[in-house]
Amino acid sequence: MGMREMRERTADRGGAAIETSGLVKVFGEQRAVDGVDLTVPAGTVYGVLGPNGAGKTTVVRMLATLLRPDGGEARVFGHDVAREPDRVRARVSLTGQYASVDEDLTGTENLVLLARLLGHRKPAARERAARLLDAFGLAEAADRQAKNYSGGMRRRLDIAASILNTPDLLFLDEPTTGLDPRSRNQVWDIVRVVVAQGTTVLLTTQYLEEADQLAGRIAVIDRGRVIAEGTPGELKSSVGAGAVHVRLRDPGQRAEARRVLAMVLKAPVQLAADPVALTARVMPEGAGATEPAVLAARALAELAGQGITVDDFSLGQPSLDEVFLALTGKSAGESTERHDEKREAAA
Amino acid sequence: MSTATDPTRTDRPDEPAGAGNEAEDTYVPAAEVLAAVLDPAAPRPPRPSALSASVTFGWRAMLKIKHVPEQLFDVTVFPIMMTLMFTYLFGGALAGSTSEYLTYLLPGIMVMSVIMTTMYTGVSVNTDIQKGVFDRFRTLPVWRPAAMVGYLLGDMVRYVLASLVILGVGLALGYRPGGGVVGVAAGILLLVAFSFAFSWIWTLFGLVLRSEKSVMGVSMLVIFPLTFLSNVLVEPETMPGWLQVFVDVSPVTRLVAAVRGLMDGAADVGEITWVLVAGLLLVAVFGTLTMHRYNRR
Repeated sequence: MGMREMRERTADRGGAAIETSGLVKVFGEQRAVDGVDLTVPAGTVYGVLGPNGAGKTTVVRMLATLLRPDGGEARVFGHDVAREPDRVRARVSLTGQYASVDEDLTGTENLVLLARLLGHRKPAARERAARLLDAFGLAEAADRQAKNYSGGMRRRLDIAASILNTPDLLFLDEPTTGLDPRSRNQVWDIVRVVVAQGTTVLLTTQYLEEADQLAGRIAVIDRGRVIAEGTPGELKSSVGAGAVHVRLRDPGQRAEARRVLAMVLKAPVQLAADPVALTARVMPEGAGATEPAVLAARALAELAGQGITVDDFSLGQPSLDEVFLALTGKSAGESTERHDEKREAAA
Repeated sequence: MSTATDPTRTDRPDEPAGAGNEAEDTYVPAAEVLAAVLDPAAPRPPRPSALSASVTFGWRAMLKIKHVPEQLFDVTVFPIMMTLMFTYLFGGALAGSTSEYLTYLLPGIMVMSVIMTTMYTGVSVNTDIQKGVFDRFRTLPVWRPAAMVGYLLGDMVRYVLASLVILGVGLALGYRPGGGVVGVAAGILLLVAFSFAFSWIWTLFGLVLRSEKSVMGVSMLVIFPLTFLSNVLVEPETMPGWLQVFVDVSPVTRLVAAVRGLMDGAADVGEITWVLVAGLLLVAVFGTLTMHRYNRR
């Protein structure tokens, strides 16, 4: 690394890792990305949230120099992605939606190959590969072909490949889609360490919970446009904090339970198809409002006080669907379907 | 916090993971260990040279052969079949005896087999594009053509292998090249060099066409007339005049003449020059188109 590069990297701290303005990508007649403005502060995790087909992956592919923008501009650490792609490539890594590893090769071979391509000499490449496989819990699987890895292991190998040279910006395109909960938690833990070491992370996801867990700021994308942007807290308070789900022992007490919940939570209560289940929205109002968990606890205490036996309960965040309903008046599914129709019409 | 319907529901650690794989359940990311392998301020090695990056991609092709040795069928079994088939099918009729015909046929069948093998370059490029690994290669800060050159370097090993297999079969059947070891080696070298250049046509097709099948289909359409309508199997003088016109300008005809000359010990400088110039032109045109397409995707 040259002195200029080192100064450049130090100067980034506190600046923007990514800046886009009016970014556009057109496929045929469809505007997959339709004027996206983003500012991603360096050293943070930035979440891009949206349903399938919203344009998330297309945005990432343009920023990672895989696709040329059709309009607007995008800068990564000040370098224009279309005019200086090599300067951008030197500082970013991509973990794509489908594992970006060679499935015919073993874990070790995959990492040594990439380490060599990043300029490491053979002994250094081997050493780096071994250390990473070890840190990612893949030492035992090191000599097995990646096609024999489980989904979670493949994803970890993929992330390990992305940090062979610790990148300044890491793109994670739906890193946990299709993973079981445990593997997903592993990926989340890894992302937290990566960002704590100073790497900026741009994360796309379909799950509000994932963005909430990891991201400092979130942009919600629908049909190629940013329809909301802010901290997870801002976003959630704009759509309500979530819902309490309650299951009673006695279906005969449901009407009474509904009345109690509506009174304490001051929100509409829905009766599920299941004769013992109820769902109520938790919507703390105004600044300094009561925490959702406190509100929910109050409601449960009140149920117990009224002699209503609760077998099971949970408090959940609003789903992506609820976020979309609140922001667009349509569910995420509807929005995607329309998108697909448009795409088919264009084809 | 979790709901029953939320797809991102988090399991508590004391709960057994439903769909979890036993082996990976034992992995718990340790922050200190991970932090130790991450260092954004660490000096980065210098960018690899164009040659080094290409050779590394070529090494990847070798590893693939190691893991999927079946892919060598087309450079081992297929050439043996071709040599035996044509030697015994046409040998008696065309040259009186199979051993005499071999002197004429063997260099030609070598060219034919290797040229036919080149189309697999397009297929492997196309197969890789469908996978995420191609995206990773395209985001690497390396010499841009390295990934493509890597495919071709790997394929050159296959071309050499196919040539040696055919040579072996020929020698066993009684083929005695007049050019000796040097002549044969020079012939194979020229063939492999031209095939490297010729393969750039297929890297372009591999990038442009949508599926493996269409790559195969288009390749067949080009390769079959090109190899059969040539001097590989019979002397062009036996063909009708209009066909001779085509056969005479076909690069395969020129290549066969040059390789045949070298292996017979009667090197034809004119033909060799023609082949080398044609090779350079192929790289200039199809290499440029391939890279344009590679960067644009």
